[in-house]
Amino acid sequence: MTATALPTPAPEQAAADRTFGAFGAGAAGALGLVLLGIAASVLRLAWPALAGEASFWSLEWDPARGKIGGLSFLFGTVVTSVVALVLAVPIALGVAAFLSDLGPRSLRRSVSSLVELLAAIPSVVYGLWGALVLAPALRDTIEPALGKLGTPLFEGPELGVGVLCASVVLAIMVLPTVAAVTRDILRAVPAELREGALALGATPWDVMRYVVLPHARRGIAGAVLLGLGRAVGETMAVAAVVGSRADISPSLFAPGYTMSSVIANEFPAAATDLHVAALAEVGVVLFSLTVAFNVAARVLVRAK
Amino acid sequence: MKGVGSGAALCFALVACTKSSDVRALDGTGATLPYPLYSKWASEYNAARVNYQPLGSGAGVRQVSDGVVDFGATDAPLSDRQLEEAHADLVHVPMTIGAVVIAFHVSGVADLRLSRNVVGDVFRGKIAKWNDARIAAENPDAALPDAAISVVHRADGGGTSAAFTAYIGDTAPPRQGVGVRGNDGVASYVKTTPHAIGYLELAYAHQSHLTVAQVENRAGKWMRPDVDALERAARSKIGHFPDDMRMSIVDADDEGAYPIATLSFFVLPRDAKQRNQAEAVRRFVWWGLHDGQRFAAELDYAPLPPEYVTRAEAMVNTLKAEGKPL
Repeated sequence: MTATALPTPAPEQAAADRTFGAFGAGAAGALGLVLLGIAASVLRLAWPALAGEASFWSLEWDPARGKIGGLSFLFGTVVTSVVALVLAVPIALGVAAFLSDLGPRSLRRSVSSLVELLAAIPSVVYGLWGALVLAPALRDTIEPALGKLGTPLFEGPELGVGVLCASVVLAIMVLPTVAAVTRDILRAVPAELREGALALGATPWDVMRYVVLPHARRGIAGAVLLGLGRAVGETMAVAAVVGSRADISPSLFAPGYTMSSVIANEFPAAATDLHVAALAEVGVVLFSLTVAFNVAARVLVRAK
Repeated sequence: MKGVGSGAALCFALVACTKSSDVRALDGTGATLPYPLYSKWASEYNAARVNYQPLGSGAGVRQVSDGVVDFGATDAPLSDRQLEEAHADLVHVPMTIGAVVIAFHVSGVADLRLSRNVVGDVFRGKIAKWNDARIAAENPDAALPDAAISVVHRADGGGTSAAFTAYIGDTAPPRQGVGVRGNDGVASYVKTTPHAIGYLELAYAHQSHLTVAQVENRAGKWMRPDVDALERAARSKIGHFPDDMRMSIVDADDEGAYPIATLSFFVLPRDAKQRNQAEAVRRFVWWGLHDGQRFAAELDYAPLPPEYVTRAEAMVNTLKAEGKPL
């Protein structure tokens, strides 16, 4: 592709411009076509489930016997993603503030590359680590301690794997995304504003609180939604630790299921057309959820 | 542009390949239960390269039905509905016999007897603790802890679940506790989780050094899974073969039979599209039915009794390609 895209040093600059313009338009059009094509083919695959009598909006999932309720997957996706963000966002904001304003310059570069390193770990490795290291630690130490708090959020047998384990793994996975984007946004706040505030006698906290954060608020919201997008779509790491049970429980200790992990687990083994269609329907809902988040992010960024 | 060009070149290469007389590698997909044996076959078989992907019985059936692979493998024969939905006329050829075992992880307990109803209720979530009176009644000598049973089930369905479900007499696999993927997933969960119990194929349980329970067979005898007891399960069905060999050997009558035994099948298109490829597949299946059987016992599978082999040969002999017999 790049070979033809590069403008050759042609004598007629106008021709090169036209070619380049046409290539750009073609590329943009192709992108739209690919998106539409994927949406259309997933819808077609899901059609027997969408048009059939059995509904997605129920808790009963047994596609071999015609029950294709996917609510528990939707619930699992939303809960794991939200808990992951609750855990990750404060830390990510702290890291970003450290990297842009607070940290000593000598440390910023090394911490920065640590963040990027965290983002470069493949998700299946997070899954392995979650299943082999984090889950036993949760089961033997952390969950028994949380269980003593006596809230319905932390109840039931300590299994290790489950919604909490998936949320913690997701939190670690979205942390670098949110931190890196927020860092760039904080850095983009004009230095004049900071200097002006400092000149007026503001402390570093005042600068952060009254100058940098208000200026960067929308960008930070966008960074959080990016993290949410990653959490919602994450598959392999979650499939390894979420516990894979199609059920809803108020307790974070309980095994749950997410939309992406049920597709990953069951699609290879799906033997009937309805089962494939039901999984595709879960895919359609996941797709819609992602689109909804994207639209929400845009609305949030534009409104003010 | 370059991408499109190389894509087109690849297409041409594929078309050229299918038209030439060369035989491609033989591609198979399917059950994880017989995977240790099939991967042994793939490495021992010299006449062609064999790729076997253990993606699950359902994947095997779907991919062979869609013509994506040369052979599929499944532990549960196709239902009538699956045969109807399939895009090709499919033949079942029994290839080996495997056992589904109940593995548990309770420190200090090296042997356990679990009757059909107790196993069922443990996996249905109705028996929640290891020192439940019903487990204790069957195991008076075991030091059972006062701990919650951590049940693990297969999240990806498959033939292992089908055999287990048939044994406990349910119509759908119970889905209590934690779900994990694949026989290997169950093995590692049981191995690493105190108080866990799960069902999985015997070879995987042995490889992971798991403790395996004795289960009750139809005659009321306590059985440990071994190659002998598997063979007896299979033998008890001799003389009762259905025409298309779609059969189960769960819960055989023989008093020495291990109850959760399952045949594992190759599923092949009755009329293959490419003659050379189909002949190569047929040679591999034939090899597996004869030479391949000697690898079974060492990997914890039972070799097919001769009556099964004769019947499987007859099934293979009905295969065609391009409309004509092979």
